Amino acid sequence: MKLENPKNENNLDDLAGGSQAGLQKQKQSPLVRMAGLVALSQWYVKLLIVLVCLIIPWVVASNYAMRVIIYIGLYIVLALGLNVVMGYTGLLNIGHAAFYAVGAYSTAILMVKFGMSFWLTIPVGMFFGVLLGIVLGFPTLRVRDDYLAIVTLGFGQIVYIVANNWMGLTRGPRGIPGIPAPRIGFADWQIVLESYPAYYYLILFFIFVAIYACVQIMDSRVGLAWMAIREDEDVAAVMGINLVYYKTMAFGFSAALGALAGSFFAVFQSFVSPNSFTILESVIIITIPILGGLGSIPGTIIGAIIMIGGPEIFRAASEYRMVIMGAFMVIMMIVRPQGLFGKKLYQPTYKM
Amino acid sequence: MFWQQMVNAINLGAMYSLLAIGYTMVYGIIKLINFAHGEIFMCGAFFTWWFMTAQSVPFPIAALLGIMLSTLLGISVERIAYRPLRNAPRFAVIISVLGMSIFLQNMARIVWGAEFQTFDVDFGLPAIIFGNVVIPFKKIFILATSLILMIAIGLYVKKTYIGKAMRATAADPEAAEMMGININAVIVLTFAIGSAMGAVAGILFAVNYNSIDPFMGFNAGLKAFTAAVLGGIGNIYGAMIGGILLGVFEGIGAGYISSLYRDAFAFGVLILVLIFRPEGLLGEIGKSKKREQPR
Repeated sequence: MKLENPKNENNLDDLAGGSQAGLQKQKQSPLVRMAGLVALSQWYVKLLIVLVCLIIPWVVASNYAMRVIIYIGLYIVLALGLNVVMGYTGLLNIGHAAFYAVGAYSTAILMVKFGMSFWLTIPVGMFFGVLLGIVLGFPTLRVRDDYLAIVTLGFGQIVYIVANNWMGLTRGPRGIPGIPAPRIGFADWQIVLESYPAYYYLILFFIFVAIYACVQIMDSRVGLAWMAIREDEDVAAVMGINLVYYKTMAFGFSAALGALAGSFFAVFQSFVSPNSFTILESVIIITIPILGGLGSIPGTIIGAIIMIGGPEIFRAASEYRMVIMGAFMVIMMIVRPQGLFGKKLYQPTYKM
Repeated sequence: MFWQQMVNAINLGAMYSLLAIGYTMVYGIIKLINFAHGEIFMCGAFFTWWFMTAQSVPFPIAALLGIMLSTLLGISVERIAYRPLRNAPRFAVIISVLGMSIFLQNMARIVWGAEFQTFDVDFGLPAIIFGNVVIPFKKIFILATSLILMIAIGLYVKKTYIGKAMRATAADPEAAEMMGININAVIVLTFAIGSAMGAVAGILFAVNYNSIDPFMGFNAGLKAFTAAVLGGIGNIYGAMIGGILLGVFEGIGAGYISSLYRDAFAFGVLILVLIFRPEGLLGEIGKSKKREQPR
């Protein structure tokens, strides 16, 4: 090993996936070792984060702040879904709000018109979302890069137009008001989730589910296949990865998380209208994983906190919010295209 | 009724063609979509409107000034959002240009307000009537302007020395550079011509509908892009044919099926074309599937 590559001893370790990293650890400076003690992979760090998340409703008194925090949670779920397609599989999707809309409308229509329970509308919404994701996944087999961007953009726009014009189903621009709050329990023993802390715990639960699903799928063969497709599609195909299957699966998985967030949005707002699912919504969602670093779950979460929480702090400049966002996208791509938490390793990934 | 629909459809198609030329030229040279092109289109109309209403400049001069300002804007877009990322991953460039588009759109909203503005140009000439088909003079003006400009661009790229440099750069940038062509100058020139065409299309659009708003560029841009793809991206004649065809599709769809879904028809056409014939009507087969180095 030393003979072959005297300058860089790390190479073999890296090839082994870091499992032989023990050799390196002894040489680390104390500062790095101390930083390792608070790394996310430590169990007590995870526990601490969960505990902090759990006590937030007791600490935050203002309803307004709770509302912002719940919105941040909502966008975390949305961005985690998008991250699967953009960060893991390397496919650009500028129509994520379409899945969000499908979830929200499924829950709204089923609860208001058919009186279904909120918990039952979630799988239905996810089913329609996945269906739509698979439909959108098919063009990705023929088109790439900017073509794909434009297909997804047009697709998101079609869903918006349909929501705006299909009076019989969605009531068009008037929207669907009066979506009831979700309930837990049977018959006489029912708890209605209608306070802000209740919604907070609900979205927190969804976030944990989403994170767990993302982590699990990334460690599986599916996740490896996605990363292989991201690194080089042609090589992945040669290696026997079924591109049709895995690409549509990525879109389906992403759509399921998007629809989940949509269902939550419907009950939280108790009102759905097409204006919540415009192209700008898709763009806001897309900036979150880019800011945080594509493919990074902690990055996505921090990205959502900055992108959704940030504008609330500067409420006086709310008119300039979209302007700042546009400028930010340009500057970010020039200065640090891999995002805050993205690894340098991921950078040559999208080079064609 | 049918012929009246057709006149309107072709008129709309001509404007799409003009806008599509900007997309197709830029794509031909740098192999990237200029998402901010729709915003140049919108700014062209708004600059002209601003000169006409706030400065009471007559329409022809206001239009010229508007076109010049939009051309400058187009060049700045290239300078800010494309040039620093010339060798960056494609992904990064798409995001950066998308950001540019959002920036311009919302800047326009803040400067000029989000509501519709009336854009009134009176040519003072009578409409032409064939049987029961009425063609207002402004439609003839729009069609004539677009046709003349399209032919001029076609000849410019085909016959002049600079046009030759453009075609060489589109075919192979490295080889063109080795032959002594200043690639940066060619790219800037392409953006300038494309933006000027986009601004003209924006002004014609405003003349046709008599109203403008800061978000008009998005849908029009997406449709013009559809037209460019339909005709075969990178091919100027393709953009012209694609624009007219798209206008006709949209006119028929809106007239005979449902006018509420007219935008959905256009995007449906786009997705179908991209799936079944990504190289477009006049494009070379297999060209769009080939991975190309971004410039």
